[in-house]
Amino acid sequence: MINFEATELRLGLPGGNHGGDMAGKSNGKRGFSETVDLKLNLSSTSMDSVTKVDLENMKEKVVKPPAKAQVVGWPPVRSFRKNVMSGQKPTTGEAVEGAADKTSGSSGDTSSASAGAVAYVKVSMDGAPYLRKIDLKLYKTYQDLSDALSKMFSSFTTGNYGPQGMKDFMNESKLIDLLNGSDYVPTYEDKDGDWMLVGDVPWEMFVDSCKRIRIMKGSEAIGLAPRALEKCKNSS
Amino acid sequence: MREDNLEMSENVERYLQLDPRSAAISQPPSSSSSAAAFVSPANKSRNCNSPCPDHVLENVLENVLQFLTSKCDRNAVSLVCKSWWRVEAQTRFEVFIGNCYSLSPDRLTHRFKRVRSLVLKGKPRFADFNLMPPNWGAQFAPWVAATAKAYPWLEKVHLKRMFVTDDDLALLAESFPGFKELTLVCCEGFGTSGIAIVANKCRQLKVLDLIESEVTDGEVDWISCFPEGETQLKSLSFDCVDSSINFKALEGLVVRSPFLEKLRTNRFVSLDELHRLMVRAPQLTSLGTGSFSPEDVSQGEQEPDYAAAFRACKSLVCLSGFKEFTPEYLPAISPVCANLTSLNFSYANISPDMLKPIIRNCHNIRVFWALDSICDEGLQAVAATCKELRELRVFPFDPREDSEGPISEVGFQAISEGCRKLESILYFCQRMTNGALTAMSENCPDLTVFRLCIMGRHRPDHVTGKPMDEGFGAIVKNCKKLTRLAVSGLLTDEAFSYIGEYGKLIRTLTVGFAGDSDMALRYVLEGCPKLQKLEIRDSPFGDVGLRSGMHRYYNMRFLWMSSCTLSRGGCRDVAHDLSNVVVEVFGSDDDDDDDFTRDYVETLYMYRSLDGPRKDAPKFVTIL
Repeated sequence: MINFEATELRLGLPGGNHGGDMAGKSNGKRGFSETVDLKLNLSSTSMDSVTKVDLENMKEKVVKPPAKAQVVGWPPVRSFRKNVMSGQKPTTGEAVEGAADKTSGSSGDTSSASAGAVAYVKVSMDGAPYLRKIDLKLYKTYQDLSDALSKMFSSFTTGNYGPQGMKDFMNESKLIDLLNGSDYVPTYEDKDGDWMLVGDVPWEMFVDSCKRIRIMKGSEAIGLAPRALEKCKNSS
Repeated sequence: MREDNLEMSENVERYLQLDPRSAAISQPPSSSSSAAAFVSPANKSRNCNSPCPDHVLENVLENVLQFLTSKCDRNAVSLVCKSWWRVEAQTRFEVFIGNCYSLSPDRLTHRFKRVRSLVLKGKPRFADFNLMPPNWGAQFAPWVAATAKAYPWLEKVHLKRMFVTDDDLALLAESFPGFKELTLVCCEGFGTSGIAIVANKCRQLKVLDLIESEVTDGEVDWISCFPEGETQLKSLSFDCVDSSINFKALEGLVVRSPFLEKLRTNRFVSLDELHRLMVRAPQLTSLGTGSFSPEDVSQGEQEPDYAAAFRACKSLVCLSGFKEFTPEYLPAISPVCANLTSLNFSYANISPDMLKPIIRNCHNIRVFWALDSICDEGLQAVAATCKELRELRVFPFDPREDSEGPISEVGFQAISEGCRKLESILYFCQRMTNGALTAMSENCPDLTVFRLCIMGRHRPDHVTGKPMDEGFGAIVKNCKKLTRLAVSGLLTDEAFSYIGEYGKLIRTLTVGFAGDSDMALRYVLEGCPKLQKLEIRDSPFGDVGLRSGMHRYYNMRFLWMSSCTLSRGGCRDVAHDLSNVVVEVFGSDDDDDDDFTRDYVETLYMYRSLDGPRKDAPKFVTIL
């Protein structure tokens, strides 16, 4: 049983009791929740990199917190029941905004969702004894995805992943550094079965073509570098 | 909840194997001659001295055993000696098989010769939540084929989570001339064509109940397929059939079904149509109201007197449906409220203000299902009136993890204070406290089923910020009759130590996103002697935890562990060491495993089996 004791520091804003992480418990073995909204999941090594800009971004998120990454089959309500209720409108209109949005991926029932409403992909990380399924449609940018992934595998990476996210892959020198180091690099298999670096293509294209994601050690991703480097060269 | 009947389901298969004296007989006879010898009373028991009294004894026994209906008792009887085993087998008319893969159809037909009623369960419960790829198995086909030959007198089939095709239904309808009852719960694979065949060919049909099943629209007017003339129909439930029906034919059917007591229509039956049915069948005891909206709101015409129709149904005790209801018409049910014992509003977005005038009169309600749209206020109203409440289920209107959640520990605690006779609860919410759980554990000592789903994962007590350990601890400690438990919220290993220490009668345990380590699993496997069904998802339990249950798995119906931290090697070791347990490993899709995840086990499903691994496993399932 792999035992990681990540020190997870959280900045929770007042009034926010979303998710179960406010208990301050070390859940180094259980980083299963993918809260993207109010919490910054920082390991001790990268604490210094929290900037004012980041805090501002967080405050913005308070106004409209993005939805948590949905997990398949949770809450455990049968699709049968969900399908019946999704056709109904709220009476008092109080708290059930978004209830009419039956294609938010909540059902996890890909057969009932309209085309393109959910995009579940498996995410694995080399060496991690578990893999997760996430719905790519819930994220708007690579940054969102990066945050979610780092949270998901936080107990495992102990900060090696870095909070900067995938934007850095567009920076050539940074990319080379990362690939040569022991940092982890997210890669994905596209519709054609090719393995590419995440961040290669525009976000929408990525969501449409990504079949699964594998977070591998930077040194192993060298073989994929040429394409990414090409891309960097072309964009700069 | 019919847990009582399935209580202590010392299954058929378990007793077949455990008793060494019956070991010889547990193998299906390989030739017909030995089968004859096997059944014949002339096959003298090895443990009696003279033949004659034995023969007489068997006849006496046969007459006596016919009165024994409980599975539990019958399984015990069958263990006394070979003679008793044989006679019991000849007099068992109702067979219950909790896992269709625990034995082969041949074994069933070889042991029991006079089966009239078969209850068969297939997929494990987590399959309902998309955690199992489609086409995993649990086909009814081999069972209907075997029973068609062996039991032409079969009258009743009750299936849950099985894959049933139209061909299976056709074979059933053709093979059993005296067939009386078909109940399909959470099944799939069939459509209106199959239903039509059953309706048409089973002339003795009393019960046709389709419950929460997926029924494909074969565009067949199946209601019209019931034969002309008076029917034997007692119960007809098709609320899950999501296709329109021929109302005239339905009306005609109801008119010529004088024994009809239960009628559950689907949402394509409007309120005015329902009215016509009610007027023709005032003897109904159970009614599924369909849409509960009038077809067209015509201005000038006289609207039917819905309340009068309800008033005329003096025997009505169970009401459900309301699938697309129009609130103004809800008060029409008021005349029957005082008599109702069961009310299911769980498809209706009913607000507290809509609920209160109705529930105020429901003094005799024992079963109440609703959506959380009734809010804590509605629950308080229920608590104030429904003193006889035994079972409460509150489902989320917005079943998403980060939904607002209009109910909380407030309504929960109110229920515990008002409904002291509560036996079964299923509660979905976003906010809960240990205090409320403790209160319920103290107020409702009769609880046998406790299922709490705090929808946001890992949520602690929202007042104290502590894990929910103490609350669940109180439940298992104080509710001494508890047989089924589903936990949620932020839980440490401590919660599981309580479960292991106090949950001595627990048969079914559901765990998701909980626990810290293998110790949690160990507490449960070492502490709960009656555990039959253990379903776990997304919890940090691995090979070590798995091994702590080696002494138990043969005595359990199944173990399900998905998205935990099991390795293939660990599961293989278990499979190797437990020869009578089938260990299945698969992913959540039907694609093949990737090389780099080969060691990781996404889903483990294991169960005991008398007849070894199944032969119909699809490609994506690996049996270790």
